[in-house]
Amino acid sequence: MDAQPMYNYKVVRQFAVMTVVWGIVGMLVGVIIAAQLVWPELNMEIPWLSYGRLRPLHTNAVIFAFGGCALFATSYYVVQRTCHAPLFSPGLAAFTFWGWQLVILLAAVTLPLGITTSKEYAELEWPIDILITLVWVAYAVVFFGTIIKRTISHIYVANWFFGGFILTVALLHIVNSMEMPASMWKSYSVFSGAQDAMIQWWYGHNAVGFFLTAGFLGMMYYFVPKQAGRPVYSYRLSVVHFWALIFTYMWAGPHHLHFTALPDWTQSLGMIFSLILLAPSWGGMINGIMTLSGAWHKLRTDPILKFLVTSLSFYGMSTFEGPMMSIKTVNALSHYTDWTVGHVHSGALGWVAMISIGSLYYLLPRMVGKTEMYSVRLITLHFWVATIGVVLYIASMWIAGVMQGLMWRAFNPDGTLTYSFAEAVKAMYPYYGIRLLGGLMFLSGMLIMAYNTWKTLAGAKAEDRVPVVPAAAHA
Amino acid sequence: MDILYLLIPLSLVLVALIGAVFWWAVKSGQFEDLEGPGHRILMDDDSPDNKGG
Repeated sequence: MDAQPMYNYKVVRQFAVMTVVWGIVGMLVGVIIAAQLVWPELNMEIPWLSYGRLRPLHTNAVIFAFGGCALFATSYYVVQRTCHAPLFSPGLAAFTFWGWQLVILLAAVTLPLGITTSKEYAELEWPIDILITLVWVAYAVVFFGTIIKRTISHIYVANWFFGGFILTVALLHIVNSMEMPASMWKSYSVFSGAQDAMIQWWYGHNAVGFFLTAGFLGMMYYFVPKQAGRPVYSYRLSVVHFWALIFTYMWAGPHHLHFTALPDWTQSLGMIFSLILLAPSWGGMINGIMTLSGAWHKLRTDPILKFLVTSLSFYGMSTFEGPMMSIKTVNALSHYTDWTVGHVHSGALGWVAMISIGSLYYLLPRMVGKTEMYSVRLITLHFWVATIGVVLYIASMWIAGVMQGLMWRAFNPDGTLTYSFAEAVKAMYPYYGIRLLGGLMFLSGMLIMAYNTWKTLAGAKAEDRVPVVPAAAHA
Repeated sequence: MDILYLLIPLSLVLVALIGAVFWWAVKSGQFEDLEGPGHRILMDDDSPDNKGG
């Protein structure tokens, strides 16, 4: 029996649990800075708690710690189960876990200290960048090693999405992080001025496209069919979705730089590619939701499916809103306003967090040999608290953003501005309060999840290794 | 905007690479059956009471 190959569940469980932990930490920091926007005194005059230092801590924690751990956990699970092969190199897999946690800890220390490259979503300094590269290469080796060792010749579509995400993020990280160290904790980018801005948003938007979209679509194409107990609506469409997305994604970045020093034609190119993206995005969204056709009744009783389907609705909404906001005339109103913040959170909370939460509720009990979470009712409660939280968040930011944009551009017949900047800030006050409430609700949902996870895992016997069922057994 | 002399060729190289992988996938028969794989993941029983066998 010792020749029996075993699935590696240990690393999946570790990443799954840390997803919940980092989710709470990252969202708590988000709630703190949302409160600081309502009550600026909350920074208590301590530099480490100032908005400018906590904001990158929030974005890094939710994207790379919460989202990253969710991606590691689900990709390691999906690649093993769909390839019918154990994870390649358990040692390297363990290294990715501990290495990634170290990256997160270093981020949590350096960012409040004010150690930053000042590149948005790539703030970490050069020693941490090198560590990220090492962990990421190990991740690619483990993932593609498992694909190579697969015992089923077809590579399931979710693995294509995960694979595309891993390779592209490696490229983006390496190019954007090219920097000259000046000392242990200070470096200068090799790019400068508008060149740097172009590289930064080539990185930034593709990080949205591959880290926050392709990776989570991999999750969607596995966990939605599994939880619904039905195959994906159209497997053919899912394959088209993948190739269309990766062939067309790379050039959307310049829409972050409308009306800047970037050449006008480059801005227009970015806008056109952003508009093209609507097609594959909606193809995938419809494909995911229609997976439930014939099984819609399950939505009434199954809160995990509620999370998964709601996340797809938010995916559809934000991939419609994004291309619209990339149109130059719309962007002239929306850019630099809180509308952008609302848009990001419709994607981050509505799509990324909800698809991860749904997938984790599927995954966590299986890590300890159980069929479901400790309390299904608490999952339902989590769902409603989270959904109302997201809606409050994005609706308040829509109103705030459009109002800001209109106040900034209003001018009197004699050409002077109608409103001073401070008047627009004052008008935001109630909406910042509503946003804080929405964020608090989403955070409370995560606390409910943590309690449910604790009750599910505590005392249960962890299944580190589960026998691989040979593919032939299903034929 | 010298940076475009890096980014545009980089995109073209990437598109060529993606094209090559796509070519390999088609040639090696990855997309011969576009129905079965969707069902196959459901046949993989990952519920805890399934201990293999």
